[in-house]
Amino acid sequence: MKKIVEKHPFAIRWFHWVNFPILTIMIWSGLLIYWANDLYHISVGSVTLFHFFPEWFYQSLNLEQRLAEGMAFHFVFMWVFFINGFLYVLYTWISGEWRYLIPNKHSFKEAWLVLLHDLHLSKTIPPQMKYNGAQKIAYSAIIIMGLGSVLTGLAIYKPIQFQTLCNLLGGYQSARLIHFMLTIGYCLFFLIHIAQVIRAGWRNFRSMVTGFDILTSKKK
Amino acid sequence: MGNTKKQNLSPIDRKIRWRNWLSLTGFTLFIFAAIFFWLKLKNQPLDNDIAGGVQIPLRKVLNANEKVFSKTFSKQNLAKAYPKSAAAKVVRLNGALGLMTDLDDKNWRLNVVRAKGDTLKLTLADLQKLPKTQVIFNFKCIEGWSQISDWAGVRFSDFIKAYHLDKLTDKKYIGLVTPDGEYYVGIDMDSAMQPQTILCYEMNGKPLPLNQGYPLRLIIPVKYGIKSLKRIGVLSFSEERPPDYWFERGYDYYAGL
Repeated sequence: MKKIVEKHPFAIRWFHWVNFPILTIMIWSGLLIYWANDLYHISVGSVTLFHFFPEWFYQSLNLEQRLAEGMAFHFVFMWVFFINGFLYVLYTWISGEWRYLIPNKHSFKEAWLVLLHDLHLSKTIPPQMKYNGAQKIAYSAIIIMGLGSVLTGLAIYKPIQFQTLCNLLGGYQSARLIHFMLTIGYCLFFLIHIAQVIRAGWRNFRSMVTGFDILTSKKK
Repeated sequence: MGNTKKQNLSPIDRKIRWRNWLSLTGFTLFIFAAIFFWLKLKNQPLDNDIAGGVQIPLRKVLNANEKVFSKTFSKQNLAKAYPKSAAAKVVRLNGALGLMTDLDDKNWRLNVVRAKGDTLKLTLADLQKLPKTQVIFNFKCIEGWSQISDWAGVRFSDFIKAYHLDKLTDKKYIGLVTPDGEYYVGIDMDSAMQPQTILCYEMNGKPLPLNQGYPLRLIIPVKYGIKSLKRIGVLSFSEERPPDYWFERGYDYYAGL
């Protein structure tokens, strides 16, 4: 017997798939802007371990000498990014979907079990609801990061008009650094997300497009 | 039932097939629409053919952004003031646009165009007679760096009052041009009249160096550095946007902070 089980409401799928290209545009145009003053790096003492970004990176993605273009795209698509994110939060809040998303006191322990399982360190399969503990934490964190990007973004976009905000974030250069680190965070999220989607398989991916899952019970 | 001919499908299979088809078609259309939209946007004509510029739809949004943020702009919002000790001794320099020709020091005047054929010509000494205002703030370059620096000169709004130019501030913009005409900016009146905007002739308590715009430059903390034009030749007032060098090269006209 097959049974259709509703999994992802249309609105959630819509916000998710709109966000993907928009965030890509925001990161790309952000890199065009960052290139003009690319002073961030990871160092131990006076040894630079990694410079954001190496020359080959800029060249291979053609990111050089395009500050004006980057700013133009960034300050146009920021609206779409913001509105889409805002509607997503509004929807999850009103529809009650947030219940599946907000981590509770068990989520952190569960996330640990998920991690052990995914790294093949433990054979126990953690309980799988719509989202497991690790997913709840990740998907809630990404929303907070989105809010963080909006706030730090506003602080560097209009640092004098939004002075209080800018000061709360530690000042202009500090806000710029946080804005950058959040972007690196999205990229890391993306890598893990893709790896997990591939692991979870086609059926799971399909449900993010179609919205439903098919349950086959053994009963004839 | 080994054969799964279409008519033999169970209602649930039919429903699954229908919903799969609907979603996957919708998803494919969505991807194509997104790519189509992107390519279409990238290939829109630029708003300024000579200098480069930016795709017209993007420019429209940037102009709308200006409307939003100039509405919320308040002259009361001052750039944070710093103590003199915080100001950089070595002031970062960016750009020599408009400074390439030799300065005719003796004959330099600030040309204030009050009306067509009515130009006020002022010497540096004239401006130095007016009250001096010091502004120590975090100078922000559009490239993303910032530096606390120390500037002094006559407050733009004081200068307006002293030379009875109040009527002209009813217009929407001021325009500044270097003596050689190579660099030019336009600034909205609210930002120009903000109390930290100065016609600047001192840096770190000394006359401006040549490469920082001697004898007179603009310092406008509520804008990116691109608007703080060095070596002012002509100041004018207008209802329309005066030409702006970086605007023509695709940057936001407003560039407000």
